[in-house]
Amino acid sequence: MDGLKKTPLYETHIKYGGKIIDFAGWALPVQFTSILEEHHLTRKGVTIFDVSDMGELDIRGPGSLEMLEKLLVNNISKGYPGRVIYSPMCNPEGGCVDDLMVCCLGPEHYMLVINAGNIEKDFNWVKGVAKPWPGVKITNESSATAEVAVQGPLSEAAVQTITKAPLADLKYYHLYRDVDVAGINTMFARTGYTGEDGFEIYCTPEEAPKLWDAIVEAGKPFGLQPAGLGCRDTLRFEASMPLWGQEMDDTHGPIEAGLRRFVYFKKPDFIGREALWKKHKEGTDVRLVGFEMVGRGIARTGYPILKDGEKVGCVTTGSYAPTLDKNLGMGFVKTALTELDTEFDVEIRGRGIRAKVVKMPFYKRGAEE
Amino acid sequence: MYPKSFFYTKTHEYVKVEGKTGYIGLTHFAQDQLGDIVFAELPEVGRELKQGETFGVVESVKAVSDCYSPVSGKVIKVNQAVIDTPETLNKDPHGEGWMVAVEIADKGELGNLMTGDEYEAFPKEPH
Repeated sequence: MDGLKKTPLYETHIKYGGKIIDFAGWALPVQFTSILEEHHLTRKGVTIFDVSDMGELDIRGPGSLEMLEKLLVNNISKGYPGRVIYSPMCNPEGGCVDDLMVCCLGPEHYMLVINAGNIEKDFNWVKGVAKPWPGVKITNESSATAEVAVQGPLSEAAVQTITKAPLADLKYYHLYRDVDVAGINTMFARTGYTGEDGFEIYCTPEEAPKLWDAIVEAGKPFGLQPAGLGCRDTLRFEASMPLWGQEMDDTHGPIEAGLRRFVYFKKPDFIGREALWKKHKEGTDVRLVGFEMVGRGIARTGYPILKDGEKVGCVTTGSYAPTLDKNLGMGFVKTALTELDTEFDVEIRGRGIRAKVVKMPFYKRGAEE
Repeated sequence: MYPKSFFYTKTHEYVKVEGKTGYIGLTHFAQDQLGDIVFAELPEVGRELKQGETFGVVESVKAVSDCYSPVSGKVIKVNQAVIDTPETLNKDPHGEGWMVAVEIADKGELGNLMTGDEYEAFPKEPH
């Protein structure tokens, strides 16, 4: 694993028996015991993930809110200190530069949580957009910030044992700053990328190993185990949460990806508004659909989607879905083929295997009970 | 770990020889590297395999992997259990997790394979 970037928790992962892989240039654990076990434990119990590879941009100073309203497609003005807002960040063509979380920290003070592979690109993009606002100071805090995610229905119970912060009062997509956890100053956001309840907890890189150990210790009575990137992907996939680079990219933006609800057209001006409005009103050539394999086979990222032997799309993510025990996929297909129950084929090793369009999200918390 | 009577490929398949029949599967190392196996595609009975030829595909949650036949021969049985419950490949790779049985065409080919002791010592690079 030479030449790979290491998170502050690298040694911790080795200690806990993580199987380290190269994830977009980062040495991170794909699993500790088994992807399936960790997946199921996150749905039914609680797990902890290292997500320190994620990037953080600190935005502060007069004009910050106005700049963010220009930069992002969602409504940022509805934010208030303690609120978290998800938003795609679009280019003028209506494609997606990245998708991110806006953590509202104070008046004219925000933190953007961005995808690991896009840190430099985003930092430059945001600085470019912010030029007309000289009072706005943008700092790349990525290497000064560690992040762990505690996910699963027992998250609150497990973590409450080591903090006095009233976690039951922390609503979904809200955050607490300056939360003391086992003597460590952290920021706590009730967010996640698994489809379950949980927290994303930020601290300094130096204190991350101590935070991890403290949470693992506190979580023991609740069956908490560390989990890796493998199940992080199957969990977010079942919850049909998009992954930048697969369900969105420079040419496929929020309209193609079915994320219209995060585009706040009531704002008079933001980057991509015109193109997005046109896509919304006139429709797009392709749309993201969810599908279930009817024939035997597992669709994988990049496999062609065919109708009557002709290419009509491409798989963005496909996998065995452990909670649903089905082989499912997401992909961009011609808009005419996105109605529920429409059948098409996924080309797997040279053969077309039948699939049909199903509703997304595939999995919704609490829907099964 | 690796039965001494089996023969092994560098690509981590084994063949267990019983008379003219060879039971082919993945080694413990292969299944451990793959992780949870969730899908297996096996050849039809009657297919003629050549040594080194792809006879099937296994997929774990994250990876797709071809399986190469250790010997030439005609497929006489496929193990339905690994199709129905692919985790059998993880649980008992050298036993219940055999994948196909072939009528071995030429036992001389076994000389191209590793013995249990040789495979045990064979450097196994994680992939």
